[in-house]
Amino acid sequence: MHHNYQKQIEKLREKFLTLGSIVEDRVRKACSAFNGDSLEDIEMVIKSDYEIDEMEVEIEEECLKILALYQPVASDLRFIIALIKINSEMERIGDYAVKIAMRVKFISEHSTLLFPMDYTPMAEKVITMLKMSLDALVDKDADLAHRIFILDDEVDAMRNKAYDIIKKQLRKQPEHAGCLLNGYLLARHLERIADRATNIAEEIIYMVHGDIVRGEHN
Amino acid sequence: MGLYRPFAELQNMTTSESQLISRDDRQTVGEQFVEDARMTCRDVNVFYGEKQAVQNVSIDIGRHEVLAMIGPSGCGKSTFLRCLNRMNDTIDICRVTGEITLDGNNIYDKNIDIVSLRALIGMVFQKPNPFPKSIYDNIAYGPTIHGLTDSNSELDAIVESSLVKAGLWDEVKDRLDQPGTGLSGGQQQRLCIARAIAVEPEVILMDEPCSALDPIATAKVEELIAELRRQYTIVIVTHNMQQAARVSQRTAYFHLGDLIEVGYTDKLFTTPRHQLTEDYITGRFG
Repeated sequence: MHHNYQKQIEKLREKFLTLGSIVEDRVRKACSAFNGDSLEDIEMVIKSDYEIDEMEVEIEEECLKILALYQPVASDLRFIIALIKINSEMERIGDYAVKIAMRVKFISEHSTLLFPMDYTPMAEKVITMLKMSLDALVDKDADLAHRIFILDDEVDAMRNKAYDIIKKQLRKQPEHAGCLLNGYLLARHLERIADRATNIAEEIIYMVHGDIVRGEHN
Repeated sequence: MGLYRPFAELQNMTTSESQLISRDDRQTVGEQFVEDARMTCRDVNVFYGEKQAVQNVSIDIGRHEVLAMIGPSGCGKSTFLRCLNRMNDTIDICRVTGEITLDGNNIYDKNIDIVSLRALIGMVFQKPNPFPKSIYDNIAYGPTIHGLTDSNSELDAIVESSLVKAGLWDEVKDRLDQPGTGLSGGQQQRLCIARAIAVEPEVILMDEPCSALDPIATAKVEELIAELRRQYTIVIVTHNMQQAARVSQRTAYFHLGDLIEVGYTDKLFTTPRHQLTEDYITGRFG
């Protein structure tokens, strides 16, 4: 029975890592159009979000099955509990990738205006955080998870800067208000992804050490 | 190498807290001692002839607590339990060293009357073992030989209250004259618990009390344990970790004769401190 149990946990871990890499890829693709890349990737992100939703449900079902059948304790229990939470964070990050993709599409289709600011550094930082959170999960690395908190503060500062830039642009070009607002919301969505990555980091610290650190790092 | 590495090098690394204690370290960790101890055990060693079965165990058993003892077969948990009411005295080659006290008195003192001691520290075994007598006599036997009563009406009252406390009264009150061995397994076990209670113990030791019972009878005994805790101190040895988690306030983990870890049960089952405890409760060995 225990062999089977370990196998189930391993299978679950693998499935989750597949979800993690898909979500990371979707965020990357959604942000790629900032550089003027093709909009094909953007369409793909919008149309295939259902895949992430389905995987989220499958992973949650697997977690519930393991809880019901094996009653895990100690590190196994903390892993399952953390995974249930991280799983739903991942699904939400997938939703933000879709929102980013839709706003990029809107701006590209409705305006001759260039993007009001360069989102690339912010997007890179957010993707880094997401990647760090997945690495921390794989390596059970609480130190790495702690470092995500620091990056989150930097992303918040970038979002605030975006707000200031776009406020000025709105005054100068009120005829482009729709696109500029979408431009601000891009920064807002990126910042929300960073928040979700921070939540994931908190769950990883719980998983590794058993300490609930929610909100303590603010 | 991820994107974050150069950045990471600039940050102050946070140090990892509470890493698990290595398998080789056999010093007991955790909450071994309590403020309001009913029993104290210090440096207890048990030998069967040349072979040492329990090594340097020190632990307190708190008033009104259920202490669960878990560990793989042969880890010494039952041997240690049997030290607590000198059951090991019945084995010729068994030798116990160290100190065990009940309410401050050394139970291995040569002036201690072992029969009275075993009334104060009662025991319930794995297999229900009612006497081949009536339900009534099963309960009445102990109080009679210990001289706890000299009137029949008092004895009736003790029998009733013991059966009530053991949650068995309503099921047997109309057939007290029938043999105890005719009851179901779960009822027999509760009869044995009632028998232990009848002699007014302070501590009740339970050695795998539910391993021969079905899940419903097990649930009844577990509820009973929770109820009895108000009045008594209970030490339970169990192979069923979920049971340890459900019924106890503290859990002690034994491994090859060593007491590895003692902790508050909720903590021990979510964040054990010792690698051996983690390995055992997650089923990685044992």
